[in-house]
This record gives sequence, C-alpha cells and structure tokens, in this order.
Amino acid sequence: MSFWEYANPKKFMGWTAPVLPYVFGAAALCLTVGLVWGFFFTPDDYRQGSTVKIIYLHVPAALMAINAWIMMLVASLIWVVRRHHVSALAARAAGPIGLVMTLIALFTGAIWGQPMWGTYWAWDPRLTSFLILFLFYLGYMAMWEAIEDPDTAADLTSVLCMVGSVFAILSRYAVNFWNQGLHQGASLSLDAEENVSDVFWIPLVICIAGFVLLFIGLVLLRTRTEIRARRIRALEARARRA
Amino acid sequence: MPELGKYAVEVLAAYGVSLGLLAVIIVISWRRSVRVRAALERIEKNG
Amino acid sequence: MIALLLRDLRLAVRAGGGFGLGLAFFLIVIVLVPLGVGPQTALLTSIAPGILWVASLLAALLSLDRIFALDFEDGSLGLLATSPLPMEGAALAKALAHWITTGLPLTLAAPALGFLLSLAPEAYGYLLLSLLLGTPALSMIGTFGAALTVGLRRGGLLLSLLVLPLYVPTLIYGAEAVRRGADGQDASGALILLGVITAGCFAVLPFATAATLRINLR
Repeated sequence: MSFWEYANPKKFMGWTAPVLPYVFGAAALCLTVGLVWGFFFTPDDYRQGSTVKIIYLHVPAALMAINAWIMMLVASLIWVVRRHHVSALAARAAGPIGLVMTLIALFTGAIWGQPMWGTYWAWDPRLTSFLILFLFYLGYMAMWEAIEDPDTAADLTSVLCMVGSVFAILSRYAVNFWNQGLHQGASLSLDAEENVSDVFWIPLVICIAGFVLLFIGLVLLRTRTEIRARRIRALEARARRA
Repeated sequence: MPELGKYAVEVLAAYGVSLGLLAVIIVISWRRSVRVRAALERIEKNG
Repeated sequence: MIALLLRDLRLAVRAGGGFGLGLAFFLIVIVLVPLGVGPQTALLTSIAPGILWVASLLAALLSLDRIFALDFEDGSLGLLATSPLPMEGAALAKALAHWITTGLPLTLAAPALGFLLSLAPEAYGYLLLSLLLGTPALSMIGTFGAALTVGLRRGGLLLSLLVLPLYVPTLIYGAEAVRRGADGQDASGALILLGVITAGCFAVLPFATAATLRINLR
C-alpha cells in the first residue's frame, strides 16, 4: 500500500478516529507535566526572577506559530502537486491554530517584555516579524472564508501561501536590516553556549512536545470536521440536483 | 503555590492569557466538530 | 502585449477615475499628516520619508481592484486567456499599465509633496530614486493580489488585507533608503536591496498571477 493511501478521505477518517484520543491524551499529559514542572518546580532565574517561567509558554508557542505556517506550506504544495483534498483541508485546518499560537507568543512576549525591557512592545525584528506573520495568517484565513467553491479556494490559498512564504522570509530579513533589536538569540540552538540552562531545559522540551502534540491533535480534529463539511456540501448539491 | 516575587502579576497573566487562548481554540474546534458531525448524520439518515 | 498595454493605458486615461484619483489621495494623505501630528518642522522632517512612502503605498493600493475587475466582468479576460499572448505576458502588461498610471505619477509628484513635509534637502534624490525602483514592485504585487480576488464580490477589502503584508519588504527598504539619504548616511545598500526585490517580483509574480487567473477563469 502506498503512503498516499492514508490521504484518501475515507481512509483518513478511518485511521484518525482511533488515533485522535491518544494524541490528545499525550498532549494533555505533556502539557500538564511540563507546565506544572515549569511553574511549580523550577528555580527563579538570577536575573529574570520568576518571569523566566513564561518561557514554557512563549517558546513553544513561537515555535508552533512558525511550524504551523511551514506545515500549511507543505500541505499546499502537496495539494498543488498531487491534488489530495485532505491536504488542502489540513492546510485550512492549521490556519486558525497557527494564528492562536502567534497571538500567544505575542501576548506572553509583551507581558515578559514589560519587566525585562521596560516596555510591552518594541519594534524589534523578532517582534515585528511575528506581527507580520500574524497579518499573513489573517489574510490566509480571510481568503479561505471569502471563496465559495472549495477547489478554487484551495488552489488560490495554496498560491497565496507559497507567495506569502517567500514574502514572509523577505520581510524577516528586511526587518533585520531595519532595526537591530532587543530580543536575545535562539534559546534552543544546538550551540550549547547560548542555550538556557538544564534546569529550565527539560520541562521546556516537555512543553514543546505538548504543544506539538496539541497542534497535531487539533489539526486532525479540524481536518476531520472539514472533510465532513465537504461531504455535507456534496450531499446537499446532489439533493438539489435530484 | 510557588513564591513568584514581584513579578507574580506578569507570570500569572501570561499563563492565564495563554491557557485561555488555547482553551478558546480547543473549544471552538470541538464544538464545530460536534455540530458538523451531527449535521452530517442527520443528512445521511434522511438521504 | 504592447497592444494590451496601450489599450489599458487608453482606457485608464479616458475613464479618468484611477489616473487622477490616486494622486489626489496621495496629496490628501500628505496634507492630513501635519494636521494630525502638528506643524513642528523638526518632527515633520524626521517622519517625512516614512509618510511619503506609506502614502504612496496606500495610493497605489487604491486603484488595484480595477486592474482585472472590468475585464473579468465583460469577459475580455476570458478572451485574453484564449489569445496567443501567454497569460504571463498579459499579467506583466497589466502590471506595467498600472505602474504607468499610478506609480510613475506618484514618483514624480512625491518630491513636490516633500516640501509640504519639509523633507531634508539631501533626501530628494533618494526619494525619487527609491520610488522609481520600488513602485513597480508595488504594482506587480498588487496585480497578483488583484488576480487572487478577481472573482469575489467584495474583493476590495480582502485585497488590501492580502496585499499590504506583501508590501512590507518594499516599504522597509524604500523608506530606509530615503531616511539614510536624509541623514547623510550611505543609502546604496537599501537601494540595491529594493532593486533586488523589484526584479525578483517581476521575475516570479507574473507566473503566480497567471496561475491564479487561470484558476479563477476555470
């Protein structure tokens, strides 16, 4: 059996139904363990005090905000190349989740920025890029909502997603050029020198796993909903014709 | 409850807002899933 | 392709609307800004590059939905699709026509409006050059956005939501070039990057535009 068989809508409904509870269960477990560990059982940072606990939400949300867009891009490409309907619907399903992740990253960042940098908002490259990413999500979702015909909508949003990705990357570099900024470098680069220390590291990784699992679960759930909605539309169209 | 020091408001607000937003997207997804599933079952039974 | 370009230009001039309207909008925004922020010359001088760029961006946005809407309604877009001219060429011609009717007049008018905002004297050359380099990209990106929303009844609002984020790199490099010029710094880096963006847009976006038009005409 080919890998692509899993993308057949009927097969997809079949294999996701039993998997979904496990994904959500694992997500809940990881998030509970990670957040409780992070919130109750990690020491305060010597410079940042207790605000360091925000990292357990901020970093995973920021990661998922970008990964959700990448997933949308991949799903759009698959739709354009192989025309699997589930792929287009999965891209649509991921949009609002990515939007929420971007919002969480922006909110927690603002709340963190106030005590650390003395301001809720600064036009720092990373912050600005996220705001622009937020606008891209809004446009992408609005595009899906605006078009009646599902296949046309899938095609047009795919093109938008691809062009948007290029411009999002361009904006990232443009913003860097424009202002150097306050935000520290990557917290998770493989270069251990600038990484956060081990005490914060383990619960952070658990939280990231929790966010990833939650994202997968929500995408599956929302894709299932979209498949059903598409079936309803098809049945209604058939009923009208009969 | 851990000792949050002078930043208690910020930390709690960050957790509150984030968990709230996560709850919102989960509830929205879930409710729409339930509603669409019910609608599909109704149509398939009648059809 | 040249025939299409000429036809679009003639239509734009004859209809009058888009041609003068963008310029008038540009003028009004530039007049409103000092009324909003106050008449202090030093403040206006420092924000003038950004205001001029943002205003020309909005003025270019204003006439975007007309690029394809009329041709789509009366069916000439469908004729274009069956004509020997490839869709990519048609998209390019449309973008050029839009630039000549909005981008070019905006570029030429901007230095005059710079006086109203007491733009630094050193910056005029950079303003002209950056707009000349940047506004074609605005037209090309806008043509792509117009192609995306052409089949929609209320596409105008969605069009601005889609297109404005795509304008970010052009805006940043354009306004930055003028600002650096005004401060007497070296602005060549920003200008080169602006040119790169424009060239890249013209290399890639005609294909994306043609693809979206074909989808919309299906």
